[in-house]
Amino acid sequence: MKRKDFLYLSGLGMGALMLPDLSAFGNTIDPLQALESVDVKIKKELADVALNAARSKGASYADIRIGRYLNQFVSTREKRVQGIANTESYGVGVRVLADGCWGFAATNKVTRDDIAKAAEQAVAVAKANAKIQGEPVQLAPQKGFGEVSWKTPIEINAFEVPVKEKVDLLLNVNDIALQNGASFVNSVIFAVNEQKYFASTDGSYIDQDVHRIYPTFNVTRIDRESGKFKTRNSLSSPMGMGYEYLTARPQDKVSGIVTRYKGRYDMLEDVKAAALNASEKIKAKSVEPGKYDLVLDPSHLWLTIHESVGHPTELDRVLGYEANYAGTSFLTLDKWRSKNFKFGSDKVNVVADKLQPGSLGAVGYDDEGVKCGKWDIIKDGVLVNYQAIRDQAHIIGLKESQGCCYSQGWDDVQFQRMPNISLQAGKEKLSVDDMIKNVEKGIYIIGDGSFSIDQQRYNFQFGGQLFYEIKEGKIVGMLNDVSYQSNTQEFWNSCTAVCDQSDYRLGGSFNDGKGQPSQSSAVSHGSATTRFNGVNVINTARKI
Amino acid sequence: MAILSKEEAQAILKKVLSFSKADSCELSLNGSDGGNIRYARNAVSTAGQISKMSLAVSSTFGKKTGMATINEFDDESLKKVVARSEELAKLAPENPEFMPLLGPQQYADAPTFNAKTAAITPDSRAEMVGKSLQVSKAAKLEAAGFLENSTWFNAIMNSKNLFAYNKSTDISFSVTVRNQEGTGSGYIEQRFNDLDKMDTLALSKIAASKATGSAGAKAIEPGKYTVILEPLAASDMLGNMFRGFDARSADEGRSFMSKKGGGTRIGEQLFSENVNIYSDPMNPDVPTAAWNNDGVPINKTQWIENGVVKNLSYSRYWAEQKGVKPLPFNRSIVMEGGTQSLEELIKSTEKGILVTRFWYIRSVDPQTLLLTGLTRDGTFYIENGEIKFPVKNFRFNESPVIMLNNVEALGKPVRTGNGMIPPMKIRDFTFTSLSDAI
Repeated sequence: MKRKDFLYLSGLGMGALMLPDLSAFGNTIDPLQALESVDVKIKKELADVALNAARSKGASYADIRIGRYLNQFVSTREKRVQGIANTESYGVGVRVLADGCWGFAATNKVTRDDIAKAAEQAVAVAKANAKIQGEPVQLAPQKGFGEVSWKTPIEINAFEVPVKEKVDLLLNVNDIALQNGASFVNSVIFAVNEQKYFASTDGSYIDQDVHRIYPTFNVTRIDRESGKFKTRNSLSSPMGMGYEYLTARPQDKVSGIVTRYKGRYDMLEDVKAAALNASEKIKAKSVEPGKYDLVLDPSHLWLTIHESVGHPTELDRVLGYEANYAGTSFLTLDKWRSKNFKFGSDKVNVVADKLQPGSLGAVGYDDEGVKCGKWDIIKDGVLVNYQAIRDQAHIIGLKESQGCCYSQGWDDVQFQRMPNISLQAGKEKLSVDDMIKNVEKGIYIIGDGSFSIDQQRYNFQFGGQLFYEIKEGKIVGMLNDVSYQSNTQEFWNSCTAVCDQSDYRLGGSFNDGKGQPSQSSAVSHGSATTRFNGVNVINTARKI
Repeated sequence: MAILSKEEAQAILKKVLSFSKADSCELSLNGSDGGNIRYARNAVSTAGQISKMSLAVSSTFGKKTGMATINEFDDESLKKVVARSEELAKLAPENPEFMPLLGPQQYADAPTFNAKTAAITPDSRAEMVGKSLQVSKAAKLEAAGFLENSTWFNAIMNSKNLFAYNKSTDISFSVTVRNQEGTGSGYIEQRFNDLDKMDTLALSKIAASKATGSAGAKAIEPGKYTVILEPLAASDMLGNMFRGFDARSADEGRSFMSKKGGGTRIGEQLFSENVNIYSDPMNPDVPTAAWNNDGVPINKTQWIENGVVKNLSYSRYWAEQKGVKPLPFNRSIVMEGGTQSLEELIKSTEKGILVTRFWYIRSVDPQTLLLTGLTRDGTFYIENGEIKFPVKNFRFNESPVIMLNNVEALGKPVRTGNGMIPPMKIRDFTFTSLSDAI
């Protein structure tokens, strides 16, 4: 899903000022029509047309992606359904290497002739660009896998669940919010299905069926007397799952000062807590700025991991390919080559994992035919690796790609995107209660909020949803106006404890933006509750 | 060809309406032709050419609406898309906020189209990028940039005989130039309807000089400073503020435009007296279509006059609830300024910080519109009317509402994104920490 469409459809973006533009996210289709996928035999035939056409025009390598991208959105506010849409985008993208340079062309006309024409155009683009290209592209070798397939292991296909069931759930969510003191509530369910077929001149024909789901809400409480308003967002996470994500069992709930969720989500329970939290926030005291020990819940920490570990270890940023947009990275190659760059404390172990069950980034193969895997990024606090694709692998001495290539649709060229990047749980047994017991002066933060980080990923500032003051090992009440500001390396070196695997949970970004023209991708970040000592907390209250 | 003339668009839409069996039907037809080049490390990385056209059909029975879109235009496909929207409408719940369609309206013809821009080819794009690369290569600097042009049309028609059509062109260019050591970085971006105004060579020279000039930045203490915001930096702060110029969220009590005890802050002196902001689709420097997607005409509107909030936008539904006229928002805002150039503003400054641009601006508190973000690609210390040295980037925590209460001087407005924005001299701008980023 493209980011601007997400913001528009969710009603979470610019609200009334966003103009509807349905054409931007594909064609609206009948829900049942979405269930028929295109026959693999036909796709293989069409793929061979492109590969043969590209080769005959002089391409040394070619790949084709035949993609059918389905989205369903149901959005509501208070007692009203705001929108229901099923959209489809179907087409073909052909990428080639010719004269040592990349070329790309795409068409929504999925016929043999149009596909051959697209392949020829891609070769022509490559040859034109080759004239102003410096070094030729070096593509890491990749063996062909023949005809293979992969599917997100879902239990319930969200597209098969009747729209009425989703509308009823969301209106029920809204009712509970209003009954428990909310002034306003927005709630939404998004479902995504990427039916992707990839073929390349390496001899791979890969058929994949990828599912993602994201239920979320936002509750607002207004206090007319004081003129104050406070919000509390859902503690759900977007997941690489089917509709079963919305059927939480007792074992999926993490009890504590507020219930959090692990693998499955209880929207009705969380919205009641949210409405009560929003009222509490109206009355909570404003934070005293200063140094605090932070205890960060996975529903919050995922975003800090995403921004301060995920992005700076993207190899394209390190090399300068994103300099004009997302930025570069402080994790330069010399730091990696030194083999002793202390990114964080010894407690910090970060892995990249493209296979993690339930995660947004889980696929069998990436969008350039590389089989996915798992590798260390930060080992015992030291930077040991990056995230690379085929034309970058040689730069960091790899013989093959790490499988990080992705495109948001058939009509956008694939490039390096972040795999799931997660902080490993602590090896020693440690519960959240035991972690809090040892904190003298701290803040326990749950849920993600405001986020901002510089273009090389040094200086960041994060907010949250819920802030609880910890004094002498006990939670003493709720705080308002909290943001913490730090430097990435300093922050991760102040990590003193990570809870054990029993507290490990996934959070994630449904719409991570990068590239020009900008593309969106979905990625998960796991962690257990983690402690950081002596972090600078500012007070964000102002008067206007 | 994806760009239809007014007559061609009207003919297709009339045909589609003839297939409708719904109580009411709204159509939106749009098409675009465009291309782009992306480059980095002084070489082209990707390039593309895209042409597409699409039709959206919205059918309503009573207050039940369904929408469907299609990108095939034979009669069978057009019948299919109408039928599909009607089927969805029958399945949809009633929308209590559904508004009956508008009848025919009068619209001004905005000067949004430029024939030269529409005639850009892949070769002319390559030539423009070539000029940018020429600057960076000659100076032994590294450029990463993006050039994109587009021609598009939009047309709407409904079953109450409303019809509107607009054709626009756009060319945008941005480039980041860095030195090879990675100790200096400069940026510029520009956007026009008219190709003749775009000079990638001159723009790249500005970015290159900022890259060289920003090398070896010194750290100075964060705190409150007088700042000179270049129009690009000022524009990002304003854009974030204008998202809140919506009457409904203000009336609902969840906006910085909400009045304590209820209502909106229309009529309040919220900003310095020298703040005047309006929008006008007919402005030749920043024209836009003179109608919105509902078919409501967009006219010149004063949003802030002498620091007083004059208007907030009203959707058709909210306008009816409040007994006022609908007032669409227009993104092409014009902030009035003075006659001084950026250089003259610098000359008149005893001590201050010059900010080229901001980066990663996010809302911290919607109640006060407190924003955080960082300076990027050229931040300089000014003393006695001169740029003395480059300084390390800062993080700021500031509300544009507070910022527009501290306006010392405004320079001459220039085209910035979708607006005309002056460089601004602001006192007491709050920087809260330093960043090592370059």
